Amino acid sequence: MALLKDKELRIVGFLCNWCSYGGADTAGVARATQPTDLRIIRVPCTGRVDPLFIVKALLQGADGVLVSGCHPRDCHYSVGNYYARRRLEIVKRFLPVLGIDSNRFEYTWVSASEGQRWQQVVTSFTKQIHDLGPAPQLENAEPLLRLTDMALTPLHALGTNRNAPLEELKKAIKARLPELECVIGWQQGYDAAHAAPLFMKTPEDVDKLVWGPLNVENAVVYLPDLKDKKVGIVVKGCDSRSVVELLQEHLIYRDNVVIFSMPCEGTLDMGRVDAELGRYTRIDDVRYDEDAVTIVADGNEHRFCVMEYANGKCYSCVTPAAVLADERFGAPPPVNAGKVTPPELAMLDKMTLSERQGFWKAQMDRCIRCYACRNACPMCVCRDYCIAESREPHWMTQGSTPKDKLFFQTVHAVHLAGRCTGCGECQRACPVGIPILALRYQLARAVSEVFDGYAAGMKMYDIPPLMTYEPEEKNIHEKEWK
Amino acid sequence: MSKTRFVASDGLPAFLAFLSKDGSEILVPQEREATAKPSVFFAPWKNGDKFTLAKATVPPRRAVLPESEVLFRFRKTRKPDEPAQWETILADHMRQTPVVVFGCRPCDARGFDCLDRPYLKGLYEDPYYKARRERLTVITLTCDSGCETCFCHWVGGGPTSPQGSDILLTRIENGYILQAITPRGEEVLNKSQLEDGADKFPQAEEVRKKAWASLVPAPKLADAPKSLAKIFTNMDFWHHWTDRCISCGACTYFCPTCYCFNITDEGEPESATGGRRLRSWDNCMSSLYTREASGHNPRSHKAQRMRNRVSHKFWTFPENWGMYLCSGCGRCITRCPVHLDIRAITLAAIEAANAAGTEE
Repeated sequence: MALLKDKELRIVGFLCNWCSYGGADTAGVARATQPTDLRIIRVPCTGRVDPLFIVKALLQGADGVLVSGCHPRDCHYSVGNYYARRRLEIVKRFLPVLGIDSNRFEYTWVSASEGQRWQQVVTSFTKQIHDLGPAPQLENAEPLLRLTDMALTPLHALGTNRNAPLEELKKAIKARLPELECVIGWQQGYDAAHAAPLFMKTPEDVDKLVWGPLNVENAVVYLPDLKDKKVGIVVKGCDSRSVVELLQEHLIYRDNVVIFSMPCEGTLDMGRVDAELGRYTRIDDVRYDEDAVTIVADGNEHRFCVMEYANGKCYSCVTPAAVLADERFGAPPPVNAGKVTPPELAMLDKMTLSERQGFWKAQMDRCIRCYACRNACPMCVCRDYCIAESREPHWMTQGSTPKDKLFFQTVHAVHLAGRCTGCGECQRACPVGIPILALRYQLARAVSEVFDGYAAGMKMYDIPPLMTYEPEEKNIHEKEWK
Repeated sequence: MSKTRFVASDGLPAFLAFLSKDGSEILVPQEREATAKPSVFFAPWKNGDKFTLAKATVPPRRAVLPESEVLFRFRKTRKPDEPAQWETILADHMRQTPVVVFGCRPCDARGFDCLDRPYLKGLYEDPYYKARRERLTVITLTCDSGCETCFCHWVGGGPTSPQGSDILLTRIENGYILQAITPRGEEVLNKSQLEDGADKFPQAEEVRKKAWASLVPAPKLADAPKSLAKIFTNMDFWHHWTDRCISCGACTYFCPTCYCFNITDEGEPESATGGRRLRSWDNCMSSLYTREASGHNPRSHKAQRMRNRVSHKFWTFPENWGMYLCSGCGRCITRCPVHLDIRAITLAAIEAANAAGTEE
């Protein structure tokens, strides 16, 4: 519907059929004067409002989005708005990382009889949006290129872990192999400076197993496909959190997975390692000392100190050993108390909203939608049925502007809210190095704030917070409209 | 001898400016500094922009086959004199701007030659591809050395191969030698004000010889087509070699020779803005690529999909078009999140076929 030029802004309202839509009707019947900016979409329940509706509306040019439903404890479907309340609060805290002012989105509760309250809600929300003015659009943002600052102090010692009892681990795997379909670990990749996942089926395969800071992949991504077979998996601490999260969600079975844990002292950020190595014709040698990996390529020595070249996630790591394991080897380094903001998120924290918009515009410009981020993600379990590619519903255009690509990243991120363990596979797998982990980190932070420090994938019997609810939420306060 | 010219190292921006004079878009490798991975992209160049001659992360395939392009727009309106009747308006969208790809590598240039075969040399020509291809000039920098993951010389190319290029550029002391390969390249060099390069050409030849000398000898791939045919039904082989594939599309989207696309109609034909038909990259690693409307999927497992990819590149494409559908750039190996190695798979296929042969 066309807007009244200079008078109206574009505000989208998602209204529950049973309460707020009725409330709006009541206000209308009562001839209550209201601003005309709001375009209403009727939904059966606020529980029907996918957080992506909100993000999509805002990315596509809405100046504001309002969600309104039945009062909590008064849902037509008993619990729909309990789930909605959690999701909406998280998405509100997520928007700023995209460069969208969180005041452009509100959610509220208005019953069918509260015509006057509805008038108040619409009037004050419309005023709020008019005070903010028309929303800045991604396509008009000034592209901004900025690098993360990797000078960080880790929470536990980072090194090569060259004394890890690899032979002991191999022996244990060989002993368990007869009862298992395969055991997943790591082997040398296309050259000695790179590692790749290894599927061990025979004792000879087990001899190929390697351990060290080159083992960057999170092999848990293979488990859901193998859930009906009994398999083993070698995990780093961070990988084990993905196993736990899959178990929490019943996507794999505890009886069908044998977890071998080796302590980890950090993995190398292969993007930076490859940049430093440059073009080479052969790897002459790879040596390990306590702190660093030395790679000799074409006669040139490159020393990669894990402390300097670790992945961003390693600096804030509090799980150097698995949180859940059947067989444990070696001793993990002690973890200091404290908190490290992951470097990708710290970088965005320092930016203004419009800088963030420009940042994502510049980053998404080089995304080619190979979906490596999605397919490398152990928690992305829709696999072959992702809405990014579906025609019906046609959620994503096949056009390729940075905005469309950023929207895909929000789809991935929002589906991971409260589930993402921060393993960083999405970012590591990205062949063009887009720091997409920052979006997941922001969601993890929002979840932690709202749900008393909850971290995904730590305890097997936890229920991911967005898959449940409390009738009275401790940290979500309902907005008073005055 | 073909026409040669010399350009001093600091004369490159002026040469690019000359190339853009006729309104051509100049695609030059440019670094994206804000990324932790060494990333170099072909991007339009304007006078004053920085550029690099490093090998690009993403090949310049998008010069002829963009990631997503509007083929045409359509709109349905009611006939003014007969309101009961609809009229359909189609607006074709052919790209008219000439494009120069500057500073790609021989593997990238060979990619254009691969793409030409299905798009231009079959029963039908693709008009959208043709419009772009006819206006494309390719200026290729020869490589100074081999590289661990490069294998251009396995598949019939090489660090100085002219295939697919209009002009070859070779780095010598203090500058570059430009050598015309095609009449189009010759025309460009004739029009340029650059000094003749004939006396310095021997230096370029020297550099090129050195590049060849740095290569590790290539294994023979001549048996690849018949070997792949032989082990096509050996699913154990394919399951084994694809166990770590995660079915993303990185290998195909970073390939200079992959040419599959998808067609999507978007928008409402009856609306004021109408609809558009989009052509966008598609990749055979995705399950959706072969999923039929009925729900049946002839390539439902990643092993079948990888089998298709390798077989297409080293068996069926050569059978149909006379060359491997691979230019050996190695991007599918380095950019793969789990480092699957197509060289290893192909060699293992030859070996497996040989072993099966001796058993018979």
